[in-house]
This record gives sequence, structure tokens and C-alpha cells, in this order.
Amino acid sequence: MKKIPIKALPARAPDSELQRAVRTLALAHAARPGPLLPILHAVQDQFGHVPSEAVPVIAEVLNLSRAEVHGVVSYYHHFRIEPAGGVLLQLCQAEACQARGASELAREAEKIAGCAMHATHPDGSISLEPVYCLGLCAMGPAVMVNGRPHGRVSVSRLRGLIDAARVARTEPVQMLARVGVEPAVVHPRVGIEPAAVHPRAGIELVGGAQP
Amino acid sequence: MSGSPATQTVRVFIPRDSAARAVGADELAQAVLTEATRLSVSVEIVRNGSRGLFWLEPLLEVQTPEGRVGFGPVGAEELPGLVASGALDPERAASITHPLALGRVDELPYLRQQQRLTFARMGLTDPLSLSDYEAHGGWLGLRQAASLSGEAIVQQVLDSGLRGRGGAAFPAGIKWKTVRATAGPQKYVVCNADEGDSGTFSDRMTMEGDPYLLIEGMAIAALAVSATQGYVYVRSEYPDAIETLTEAIARARAAGWIGESVAGTDARFQLEVRKAAGSYVCGEETAMLESIEGKRGIVRAKPPLPAIAGLFGCPTVINNVITFASVPVILARGPEFYRDFGVGRSTGTLPFQLAGNIRYGGLVERAFGVTLRELVFDIGGGTASGRPVKAIQVGGPLGAYVPQSRWDVPLAYEAYAAMGATVGHGGIVVHDDTADLSKLARYAMAFCAIESCGKCTPCRVGSTRGVEVIDRIVNAPDGQARTQQVDLLRDLCDTMVHGSLCAMGGMTPFPVLSALDHYPQDFGLAATREHDAIHQSKQGVGQRAAMTPSQET
Repeated sequence: MKKIPIKALPARAPDSELQRAVRTLALAHAARPGPLLPILHAVQDQFGHVPSEAVPVIAEVLNLSRAEVHGVVSYYHHFRIEPAGGVLLQLCQAEACQARGASELAREAEKIAGCAMHATHPDGSISLEPVYCLGLCAMGPAVMVNGRPHGRVSVSRLRGLIDAARVARTEPVQMLARVGVEPAVVHPRVGIEPAAVHPRAGIELVGGAQP
Repeated sequence: MSGSPATQTVRVFIPRDSAARAVGADELAQAVLTEATRLSVSVEIVRNGSRGLFWLEPLLEVQTPEGRVGFGPVGAEELPGLVASGALDPERAASITHPLALGRVDELPYLRQQQRLTFARMGLTDPLSLSDYEAHGGWLGLRQAASLSGEAIVQQVLDSGLRGRGGAAFPAGIKWKTVRATAGPQKYVVCNADEGDSGTFSDRMTMEGDPYLLIEGMAIAALAVSATQGYVYVRSEYPDAIETLTEAIARARAAGWIGESVAGTDARFQLEVRKAAGSYVCGEETAMLESIEGKRGIVRAKPPLPAIAGLFGCPTVINNVITFASVPVILARGPEFYRDFGVGRSTGTLPFQLAGNIRYGGLVERAFGVTLRELVFDIGGGTASGRPVKAIQVGGPLGAYVPQSRWDVPLAYEAYAAMGATVGHGGIVVHDDTADLSKLARYAMAFCAIESCGKCTPCRVGSTRGVEVIDRIVNAPDGQARTQQVDLLRDLCDTMVHGSLCAMGGMTPFPVLSALDHYPQDFGLAATREHDAIHQSKQGVGQRAAMTPSQET
């Protein structure tokens, strides 16, 4: 019988800097059952999108084909393969917000942003996207600006939100939670259960951008 | 008690619910802090869950000797004036006259008209405080379950008549019984928190405002079926819910309610949050399993049922957030107590969500059997715009538009199914008379086209064809052309209803056909008298349209 020589696989090209970071993230989750979505979230949280060069690394770590990984990335609306604009404005277009003028608000948003829905302004400053329900259905129309939800959004309020986001988009939003004030002094609440006290000066800060 | 504000700490409640934060609750908390500091008033701000009275958010509550007194909606800029009139003085807060003063919050008619079983604690407590949870009746159900056999727990859930609250209304006890009876190397409890239906927020409120309730319900399920691992699949659109629930799970584990030992038993139950990625169809249970497994959210063919071969091929209990959240009260107070609420086979209560164009939007938990008219008009106060209500969509994007003639039908699974509608997840979206139902029908098809997983043809292709046919109906040059297209649309809907693999394609025709049947004038068809609209046959619409000259919309 004729033997067919098996070609050795070409050596893998060395990782780029980004790929090294992706590999670290992927390895951190690889042992969990069903690790792919957690990995993609971790990559997108870190880089703002899932770059195409991340796909082969993730595929290799999980022993999947690149097609399988790409299929998952492209299936889910949440994952983006291109970075979003500096301000990511997501406008709810579902029924409850439609009943409060969401379609009209979207048209105004296009004028304010200078780009269409599903698009990023050529200067990269802002992206507009429809989103289907933020769970703020009793206070529509609702939008999400860089991951923070806002309800009862009028055109003027939308303008204000966009302006504010353009200025301070990297500043994480933090929630002031369970704080105590003695006259003119912030101090930790006495008697609070240990787990509820944040190490930082007794003020528990919760919320804001995902790391 | 001394009346001097400087000598006593005033307890103030400002919700941390993302709906309250979305309209300025954080800014209000900051303003309270600033103002209290300026006036040397000692305050303690508790970030509670929302009471579910969303038109009053941000709602500021002040603890007084008579109970909690509310003010709302309070913009941060209005706070100094409110404080100047005495809002932060517990002795005076209840009696001051201010346009934002609401008096005692638990006396508000909106809350007094409700039957809060599942949402009994909502808005009262700090959602992450284990001591608050326990002080308000938390863990009673799990404690009870820990003293029972798995079989006895399942029996209690069966006896309560609890049915799946996500929309399909399958009896929870039967599902649990199946999982319990199925052997497997590993069993799972999975919570479907992919609340994608427009007009619904009760899952979100539970995860943000009373997360231990969901954890307790899932732990009871785990004891009942001997599952050791649980997942909560939460939408990526709910960042606050993910964060709060994750923290709550860590604290519940640290306190010994779940983890290596569930409430002091030998049973082990680990729980983990899984973040979804913006796919509506992943709210379908088998698509959700695929997603947790790390694949595209493609619907699986059934059988096998997930109860037999679910997550990673193992027996899996899958329920919605509100289903699990309804379980603790059943265990704590007995299945009879729960079963005595509701009508017929729709037992218990449902947290209805009043949304869309409604004056008093929010969460209203009532026993099954309440009517839309009571919810939308008596409690909800009609439209926010002040215009007449035209249509009410019940049960999310796959639910029917219910016309005026049907607003007195009791909200119960059977009664709604009988008229081609669905109670679904209890979302109620109100539209005023400016709504164009042909546009909403078109949107239903377009949404299905965007969100279809693509596995079955009726849904994947039918939805796109549906958009085109509705466009042709609305733009038809004459009555005859319109009639032809209406026939086509009905035929297409028939194919989708009977040929789709899951509810995505199978129920998208509900809003479409209900819009066509009850609001034909919006499609350029002859207006029908509403009360016979429900009995319209396929030919009915066609004949009427044929007799009318074209009426372009």
C-alpha cells in the first residue's frame, strides 16, 4: 500500500501583543463549562470589540474551528467585530418605547449625531444602534449611552446626554450606596453587615462600567 | 424623641433599581448627601429596590415614626426646596404640603390595590442586605424545603398549581417531577432571565431589587431534583441586574445558604450568572441552553425535552425568574395558600407590568382573573398622552393586540388562549389612538426577521416575506390587489403558526393577525364593528375588503 506522507502543520505564527492578551483571557475561562461566551465577553470588555485576530487564538485554546468561533461572534448582536464610536448610543425601538415616540427620537438622534442608525460617524465620535428592550418600559423612550440606561428621554435630554458622554466617556459611573452622614462628615454606617462595607472609606460604590 | 435634626439620624430610601437610576436616582442620592452635609443633618441613605411605581421615580422615602413617607418624582434640583419645607425632618415629613409629597407610601392606592406575594418585599429592603432579607420573611421557604424530601417539595409545587411564568405556562411541578425521576450524572437548574419581551421588567426588578428571592427559589428547586449546579442566564442589556445578582450569589454562598451545603443540608448547589449576548431567541429555552454551552443560540428540536436531556445533555430544570421567585412563598405558606389566588387552572398571582403609553406605569401584582380594564384604567390611569387607548398588546412582541371589546376578559391562561391571545410574561403595552396597527404588525414581522435563529424556514423566510406582504397590503393600488395580499398574509401566518419549530415563528402571527382582525382600517381595509371582529373568518376580511374602494393609509 502506498504511503501518503503527512505534511507537518506549519508552525504557528507568533502571537501579536493583542493575541497574547486574548490568550490570557481565554485561558482564564477555558476550564469553565461552556467557556466561549464568557471569553468573548471578556475580550469585548477589554478591547471594545472582538478583533478578527482574536478568533484563531480563541479557537486554538478551546480546540474549536475558527468557523465555529466566528459563527458565534457573528450570531450575537452584542458582539461587534469593529470598534464602536466614542459614544455608543443605543436607542430602544421595541413596542413599549415606540408607544412613547421611540421612532421619532431615533430620527432626531440621527440628526444630532450626524449619522444613521446602525452606523458610526466617519470621525468615529459616535455610533447609533437600535436595541430591543432595556427593561425600562414604563418610562420610555429609553436609551443606553455607553452602557448606562436612561429613561423618559426627550430630544433635549438626549442632546444633553450625548454632550455629557462626549466629554466624559471614560469616567465610570458609580452608584452611591448605603452611606451614612454624620453632620458634615461621611463615615461608615455602624452595624452594617461586614460584606456590605466596601473597603474604600466605608462608602460602597456599586455599578458603572464593567472592568 | 428630640425634634432636633442634628441629634438623630434620618433614614432615607432612594432606589437602586436601574429604572430609578435611569431618571436620576444617583444624582438625587448625591443631592441628599450634599444637602444633609450643608445643613448638618445626619442621614443614612439606603439604596432600596424600587416599589414599582415608575411614574414616581426617583422616589424618595423618609422613615418617620408613622412609617415611610414618600416624595416623588424628585429631580435632584428640586431637593433643596423639598428639604427646606421639612422633608428630612421625620417629625414633619408626613404632614408637609409640597407638590411632590405623597404621604405614607404603603397607603398609596396603587399599592393597596395589589396582592403582592412574590413582590412582597420589593422596595422595602436593601436588596443586598441578608439581614433585611431575613427580617422580611426571607429564607422561610428554603428552610421548610430543607426539612422535606425532594419528593415532598415537588408535591407542594404541584399542589400549588404554579405554572411557568415565562410565557409558556407549563406546570412547574411536572417539569420538576420529570427531572427528579430522570437519572443523570449531573443535574442542572437553569434560570431563564433573558427577559427580552418589550413591556416586561419584573425579572429585572427581582434581580436588582430582591435577588435573594430568586436564589432561594432556585435552591429549593435544586433540593427538589438533586441538582448541584445552577445557572442564571441574564441579558447583556441588564448590567445592573448582572452586577447585583452576582454580588448576591457571593453573599448567599458566604452565608451558607447555597454552596457546599444548602441551608445546612448535605446537598451542594453552586450558582453562577451567565451573561447573554443580545439575542432575543435565546429566551427560548433550548436556544438558551445552546448559548450557555457556548454555541450559537439555535433552537433545538424537541423531544428530547430539556427535563430529560437539557444542559450538556443532562436533566435540567428550566424556569423563568418569576417562576422560581414564586416558589419560596409556596413552601413558606403552603400550596393551598398560593392556589387560593387566581381562577381555574391559572392559580396564584402574576406580577403584571404596565408599560408603553400609560400614565401610571409600573409593576402590579394581582391574582389571575383581573381584567385589562382594571389594570390599565382603574390602576394605570389610562394613557400618559391623555388620548384614548387604541390597542393593548399583552404578552410581549409575540402577544396579540387586544381590542376594546376584549378588555373585560379575565387575564388567565385559558381565557386568553381561547381568544387567540397570550398572557405571556404579563407585559402590558398600551398604545393610544395615534398608533398605526399596520406599522406595528409590520414591526412584529421585521423583529422576527432580525431575531430568528434561522433553523426553520417558516420563521426565517416567512418573517421577511411577511414584511413584504404587509407593505404590499398598505400600498395596494386597489381593493382587489389588497384582498389578494391579505389572503397571502393569512396563509403565510398559518404556515408560520403550524410549521415553526418554536414560539418565535409560531407566535409572531399573533400580533399580526390580531392587528389585521381588529384594526383592518389601519391596513386600508373596511372598518369592522369591533365586537364581531373577533369572529372574522379568513374569507370575512377578504369579502369586506373586496367591497370597499381602496383607502390608502
